[in-house]
Amino acid sequence: MNAPHRLHAFSRRELLASGGALIVSFSLTPALAQDAPSPPPAPAEAKPPQLPGSLSKAPFLDSWIKIDADGGVTVVTGKAELGQGIKTALIQVAAEELDVDVRSVKIITADTAKTPNEMYTAGSHSMQDSGVAIRHASAQVREILIGLAAQRLSLPAERLTASQGAVIADDGRSVAFGQLVTGDVLHVQAQPTSKLKDPAKHAIVGKPVARIDIPAKVTGGAAYVQDLRLPNMVHGRMVRPPSYGARLRSVDTAGVEHMPGVLKVVRDGNVLAVIAEREYTAIKAMRALAEAAAWDETPNALPDPASIYSYLQKLPAQDYVILNRGSASAGAKTLQATYHRPYQMHASIGPSCAVALFEANALTVWTHSQGVFPLRKALAEMLRMPPEQVRCVQVEGSGCYGHNAADDAGADAAYLAHAFPGRPVRVQWMREDEHSFEPYGPAMSTSAKASLDNSGSIVDWEFHVWSNTHSTRPGAAGDLLVANYLGSPFTPPPPKPIPQPEGGGDRNAIPIYKLPNARVVHHFIPEMPIRVSALRGLGAYMNIFSLESFMDELAAVSGIDPVEFRLKHIEDSRAREVIALASERFGWLRGGRKHPPGRGQGFAFARYKNLAAYAALAVEVDVERETGRIELRRIVAAVDSGEAVSPDGIRNQIEGGILQSASWTLYEQVGFDRSRITARDWSRYPILRFAAVPQSLEVFIIDRPGQPFLGTGEASQGPTSAALANAVADAAGVRLRDLPLTRERLKAAMAS
Amino acid sequence: MRAGRIVLGLLVILILCGGAFFFWASWPEIAAIQPPAKTSFDPAAVKRGGELVAIGNCITCHTRSDGKPLAGGRALTTPFGRIYATNITPDPDTGIGRWSQEAFDRAMRRGVDRRGEHLYPAFPYDHFTQLSENDLKAIYAYLMTREPVQALMPANELPFPLNLRVTVAAWKLLFLRTGTYRSDPVHDVEWNHGAYLANSLAHCGACHTPRNFLAAEERGDAFGGGSAEGWYAPALNAASPAPVPWTKDSLYTYLRHGFEAQHGSPTGPMREVVASLAQVPESDVRAIATYVASLAPPNPDRQRRAEALLRKLGQPETVGAALPAPPNAGAAIFAGACAVCHSPTRSSGSAEGINLALSSAVNGPDPRNAIRVIIGGIHQADTEPGPLMPDFGGAFTDAQIADLLNYVRTRFAGQPTWPDLLDHIRRIRQGQDNS
Amino acid sequence: MVTLTVNGRQHQTDAETDTPLLYVLRDELGLNGAKFGCGLGQCGACTVNVDGRAIYSCLTPIVALEGKEITTLEGLGTVDKPHPLQRAFMDEQAAQCGYCIAGMIMRANALLQNQPGASEAVIRAHMQPNLCRCGTHMRILRAVRRAALAMKEAAR
Repeated sequence: MNAPHRLHAFSRRELLASGGALIVSFSLTPALAQDAPSPPPAPAEAKPPQLPGSLSKAPFLDSWIKIDADGGVTVVTGKAELGQGIKTALIQVAAEELDVDVRSVKIITADTAKTPNEMYTAGSHSMQDSGVAIRHASAQVREILIGLAAQRLSLPAERLTASQGAVIADDGRSVAFGQLVTGDVLHVQAQPTSKLKDPAKHAIVGKPVARIDIPAKVTGGAAYVQDLRLPNMVHGRMVRPPSYGARLRSVDTAGVEHMPGVLKVVRDGNVLAVIAEREYTAIKAMRALAEAAAWDETPNALPDPASIYSYLQKLPAQDYVILNRGSASAGAKTLQATYHRPYQMHASIGPSCAVALFEANALTVWTHSQGVFPLRKALAEMLRMPPEQVRCVQVEGSGCYGHNAADDAGADAAYLAHAFPGRPVRVQWMREDEHSFEPYGPAMSTSAKASLDNSGSIVDWEFHVWSNTHSTRPGAAGDLLVANYLGSPFTPPPPKPIPQPEGGGDRNAIPIYKLPNARVVHHFIPEMPIRVSALRGLGAYMNIFSLESFMDELAAVSGIDPVEFRLKHIEDSRAREVIALASERFGWLRGGRKHPPGRGQGFAFARYKNLAAYAALAVEVDVERETGRIELRRIVAAVDSGEAVSPDGIRNQIEGGILQSASWTLYEQVGFDRSRITARDWSRYPILRFAAVPQSLEVFIIDRPGQPFLGTGEASQGPTSAALANAVADAAGVRLRDLPLTRERLKAAMAS
Repeated sequence: MRAGRIVLGLLVILILCGGAFFFWASWPEIAAIQPPAKTSFDPAAVKRGGELVAIGNCITCHTRSDGKPLAGGRALTTPFGRIYATNITPDPDTGIGRWSQEAFDRAMRRGVDRRGEHLYPAFPYDHFTQLSENDLKAIYAYLMTREPVQALMPANELPFPLNLRVTVAAWKLLFLRTGTYRSDPVHDVEWNHGAYLANSLAHCGACHTPRNFLAAEERGDAFGGGSAEGWYAPALNAASPAPVPWTKDSLYTYLRHGFEAQHGSPTGPMREVVASLAQVPESDVRAIATYVASLAPPNPDRQRRAEALLRKLGQPETVGAALPAPPNAGAAIFAGACAVCHSPTRSSGSAEGINLALSSAVNGPDPRNAIRVIIGGIHQADTEPGPLMPDFGGAFTDAQIADLLNYVRTRFAGQPTWPDLLDHIRRIRQGQDNS
Repeated sequence: MVTLTVNGRQHQTDAETDTPLLYVLRDELGLNGAKFGCGLGQCGACTVNVDGRAIYSCLTPIVALEGKEITTLEGLGTVDKPHPLQRAFMDEQAAQCGYCIAGMIMRANALLQNQPGASEAVIRAHMQPNLCRCGTHMRILRAVRRAALAMKEAAR
């Protein structure tokens, strides 16, 4: 294609020009997720029963659990440590079922050469996918070891138990695991059911276990991909375009090529990069190269920020009716509201980084990507290599909170390594590039309309959400930034919506409340003027912000306390428990509170995706009338994640999600003008700092041993935003519906 | 005998003069009133009052860093000692809740509080005296409808005899000219509105005009440059050190948005002024900008030099020349610490780091702002987009800061280095020079 | 050649004089504590101590550091013999991704070395230049408070 490339924006023209039908999949059974959670439809008779969790993808037990001759246990997972503590949690699960000392267990995380393919570590799926697989695999390995010991000791298996890495007989004899594991004894396929330990006997799961990665992180041990130092490693830096749609017209590379320590300057189409011996040399060379480059820029490549929401809503959209229950019904009172959410960033504290080595026709990439298997596929396509020749190893990076620039950094490193074979190439993204080029959480608009009867019950509900896709993750080379700039570029594949019940832009758009008549429509907008992808929570952040703000507005119109109002409309007992716990621990006084002036309280609740963890939140704020400043005073949250493997891990993730969501909600919006992103660093995209942190933040967990794991990592993003908006409304007497709830907006609203 | 009579005569005259002075200097108490009901004020007046209070930036002086708005308690460091701003919330006991409009006007116009005590001119009533009656009503309406806060002030820390308020009366006798603003028919409505606001409420001259040894503004050198809390307030008149002369548009952008591409961003106390002006009606800020821009008459030489400078900055330096090995410590410090944001050929780094050739602080006669900004950085008061510069006080010694500034001054201003630079740095580090 | 004193040891480097300390620490000395977060002095992930003060190693050229005492996270303690701050962060499990934590510890150390029993308000204000994106602030503050008490006890 010779047309100038948008920076990863997927234009309508390109969509139509790519020919072929858009492949879209959407749920044919719209009623699935709304009422009580129902099990997925039963598989056809002819298929064997499904294996639990990710065992269905990798059914051999030794894909998950390895035991060496010394009895050392290694857990293998296709998931990645993102700082959410998953390594420790999975070790806990395995150690519990195998009855070994938790501190003796090692773990290998996502590596295309060594681990099962569990796709992405995303969507708060790790415990449900990997945790379940490892639990069952460990239990089954334990039973196999007991069986082998039974043979060796000539005893019935009932007289044997596993304990401390050995099988113990009731007559005192024992055989260590290491002595039982010979040959391929663990290379057997898993069974659909396992003899799991009785939760009442858990000694490790559900108990506090110190995270295995923290000691290194507080003492300077190697912990991140940024800490990788391979022999003969060199440093690469990319020169990125100054604006959307810019094309590299010319660049005088001679000066930079002759700088001492510069090894190579790479130019291919719009790709411009430099490789040097030393890191600081690479940085200076990158800056010099940027100065020496001349770009043809596209005027008005970006829409007008002042009207971005109406611009997006006017773009062609595919309309999916994801809920259609009952029929439109009039009530005594009707309320309508529209909400907006701007582009928001992952803004990882450590900009993306990767190391790659291309040698003897084989490529190895060390990356903090959330999905090493899909990345491998994309890299293979980009470099026109067989996928078997590409290995991607996940090494922890800083928190990513979704699809950030990790895959792009991996692609940059792979590309440069391919251009500079034989030496490992390390590419570290600069802060300005991370802010400007990472894929953002999409700008979204929602509109809610509901009718109430005279008793304050909702009799009719209609909700619309407009959004781009929430996933442009690689799988395809066209999803990699550098691939878009090549002389022979790869274009991004047409975006597809993520089907319900998970959803993308429509995640949590279907209310969990008891609504006799309800319609929910997801307006999926394929064209992306600005690069977007998955940001923690996906559409749930905005949809819960909208729904839970609207519930408060409805409660106010009915004259019913917000907590009461929610309980009035929800039957799920676990939801009711979590709502009751949060409001009770917060000291929520139903039916009116007398506050000092400027103080307000707000409440919100959500079940992530209507099938993962439950979270309820109450927030207390102070609003300064003179300035519009919002001060967070006190936050209380209650969470139900099913069986809590690591209660502290849950607490940590929920606290973190609350503060991160508070930051998004109060401050964050990606600034741009007609040609480029202007939010290039922390000065233009400020986030929550210590001065703004609440005085207290408490998280209460309802542990349900024996119940399925419920994904928790993203459960608090949505409720926090609405609880804040509701608290501000209570304090200031004005309702803000546009995110973020900035000081200026609040001051203006209070003044008018 | 005759000499004795003369002495006696002089003494009598002195006593009579002293008596007259004390009589003149004393003011009666104005009766305390019941705190007026908030609803008794016209909402339009309250709204305008809020805008005027933002222009006057009352909140900055009258609020402690950890205190409630307008409840006072903030210390103002003057050359004579520390003065604490009063509580101007409508609290009846510790604020101005019992002040009538008349009492309020008298304080604003003449610097006398309700009880008849003189107020120190750290409170710039020598500017507020120019306020119109309507505006005083609006400001009063706004203040009286705020949240009353009970807060007592610490005592002022002034040496004898300055701690006696009657000395203020003497100061007023010498320096205070009361009276509302008088329109200048030569200029248009917008200019006059700007002149009125700048000279009354915004009290720009209070910082930007030099003061004599008795701390009164030098009327003959209005806007010739002054000091505020240890920061240099640059000259706004013909002596302006800005390499690119201010226009009314560039001034408006700077005052309204806190950053202008050819001048950078405000530092020191001016940051709070600009933060306040962000909430004021556009027309008011434009008027102020129009007036202030007119203080420096057009100067063709200056204009030519500015154009040449801008042309030079628009061209990227050649690649080889951009990266010589730094020849001295100052250059190396600049290259490693500053260039990433302030680089003459910028392709990365923070957007608000201007090329220092454009900086008034670097080009001006007084190095204090540059020193303070290097040592303390520029922080964001609220979590809002804006300039953010790290502090280098811990990284560099005084001598290293001097090396750096000498390099910067030579390279970017093309001017001789500031005299006594190291001494300035030391004094600032030791917390001296804070007024 | 520039000579740097890092964690009590002298080190000679032929890196250019304007090289920020961060790159010498990480790439030549192999130290992992100080991290690249922004290179602009806005986030504090690179924080180390120089003569007891917190500085941004991403923006401090080595030419300015000769003759000064540079302390990094590694210089505070080890897993077996942790500094009270390191101990406190482990006890409070004060990390999610953990990338900001080294900078947090060094920032806190600059305060607590001089003010061992610093109050909550002082700690909060002091930590302001350091960013945490995961939202671990509450635990970080708890860990610093905990260390503050421990260091105050030790100072007696």
